[in-house]
Amino acid sequence: MADSSSGFVREIAHRIFAAELKESNLQAKEGHDQYSPSYLITPTGAKANRVFIVGTLTEKEDIGTDSEFWRGRIVDPTGAFFVSAGQYQPEAAQVLARSAPPEFLAVIGKPTTFTTKEGNVLVSIRAESMHVVDGATRDRWVVETADLTAKRLSKLNGTEPDAVKAKEHYSTNVEQYKAMVAMALESMKVR
Amino acid sequence: MNEITKQIEARFLELGVKVETGEIDTMLDQLINKFKVPAEEARRNVTNHFLKKHNIPKTEFFTPRAAPQVKAADIKEDGKWITLRCKVVQLWETNHESLSQNGLLGDESGTIAFKKWTKANLPQVEEGKNYIFKNVATSLWQGRFSVSLNKTSEIIPITEDIKVGKTLVEFHGAIVDIQSGSGLIKRCPECNRALIKGACGEHGKVDGIYDLRVKAVMDDGEKVQDILMNREVTEAFTGITLDKAKEMATEALDQAVVLDVIKSRLVGRYYVVTGAKLDRFILVDTIKQDVKPIEEDIKRILAATAVEA
Repeated sequence: MADSSSGFVREIAHRIFAAELKESNLQAKEGHDQYSPSYLITPTGAKANRVFIVGTLTEKEDIGTDSEFWRGRIVDPTGAFFVSAGQYQPEAAQVLARSAPPEFLAVIGKPTTFTTKEGNVLVSIRAESMHVVDGATRDRWVVETADLTAKRLSKLNGTEPDAVKAKEHYSTNVEQYKAMVAMALESMKVR
Repeated sequence: MNEITKQIEARFLELGVKVETGEIDTMLDQLINKFKVPAEEARRNVTNHFLKKHNIPKTEFFTPRAAPQVKAADIKEDGKWITLRCKVVQLWETNHESLSQNGLLGDESGTIAFKKWTKANLPQVEEGKNYIFKNVATSLWQGRFSVSLNKTSEIIPITEDIKVGKTLVEFHGAIVDIQSGSGLIKRCPECNRALIKGACGEHGKVDGIYDLRVKAVMDDGEKVQDILMNREVTEAFTGITLDKAKEMATEALDQAVVLDVIKSRLVGRYYVVTGAKLDRFILVDTIKQDVKPIEEDIKRILAATAVEA
């Protein structure tokens, strides 16, 4: 960032396909402060504290006990995202509560990981905001995400620290992710 | 080293003083080679030595001869001496006694912030008037350029009216957030500042004047860009006029409904904005939904991933 010297810098909302996010389990934290941001490094080397996704909401459920806590399943060409919104994200929760699947949703949120008793790491997105959008926006997102993912892949064998960490941790199969990008784009052609 | 000797000699010759090159050489040699002083420091030291010896006041020596005239938008280097032909676009409140005036200068190419030091003893400038600012120094602070006016600077009023241009920029991306202080807001009638909970930071509790604006964050997955939409742009783009916004707020007994509507229409969608870059914001002139066909991109990315595979 050009002006990273001026203190606070807003985190970029990364574009990541569901299939890639699902495989992500490498957490990184900058600094040791309790307020320093934590990041999720993905197999293609995105270092995300925030993501922007657009897809089709197919299922939703209120799993809260005392107060509402909504969870939704949002599908893109490669798989599904799990999105949650509770009392601390009232606006996003309301959108999810009112929506009627299937519907196109755009979500801006923080990726969080959860380790099950069996030791599996699940990734879900805690929504900061959520909005109903149109099909054109969804298509544009798929293309943009394909573009950015391809860019990350081309840098994966480079020396940038995030790429190095990702490669070390995941031993990323570049061909597999290229196939994912191609598949996502091919799915757009038939429309 | 020879180079430095020649430069120092030439510079003193211009002031009509002949200094012995041998003497310069000896001094430089001693400083640089024996005492390991960096070359620039040595040059400074030697220059000062001869200034003192020949009783030349420093200000006279260092007054650069006619700093080159440049455009505001072309300022790209720190610590350069330049001359600007500018209009005073805005004067800001100075927050320190060492600063006599500060604000924004502008010419055809764009705008730049300026500082005028009290110690410089320069005449006051007026907002909206045009001047030639001779010998001002550029500086870079927190990623932004400004110019400072000091003792050796000169301010010459001119009658010509300079049209202040804007550096237009374009940004493609998705709107990912609308910041607080957007939508229907109230401004202080005295200083036009946005009120927070009905109070102005400067003038306290005042009867505010309604206004409509949007402060948003755009993001293309690689960069973040703040944008600012004034009342005209907001009205044209959202279709909500100021009167309509007031009506909506009265009906809901809540100023925030306007913001909610704006959020639901803007956030999560792709836009192309153009406007002048001001500080970290783009002051939006036009905003359109991004409708560039995506078929081309699909082909391009597919081709790129296939070739490498």
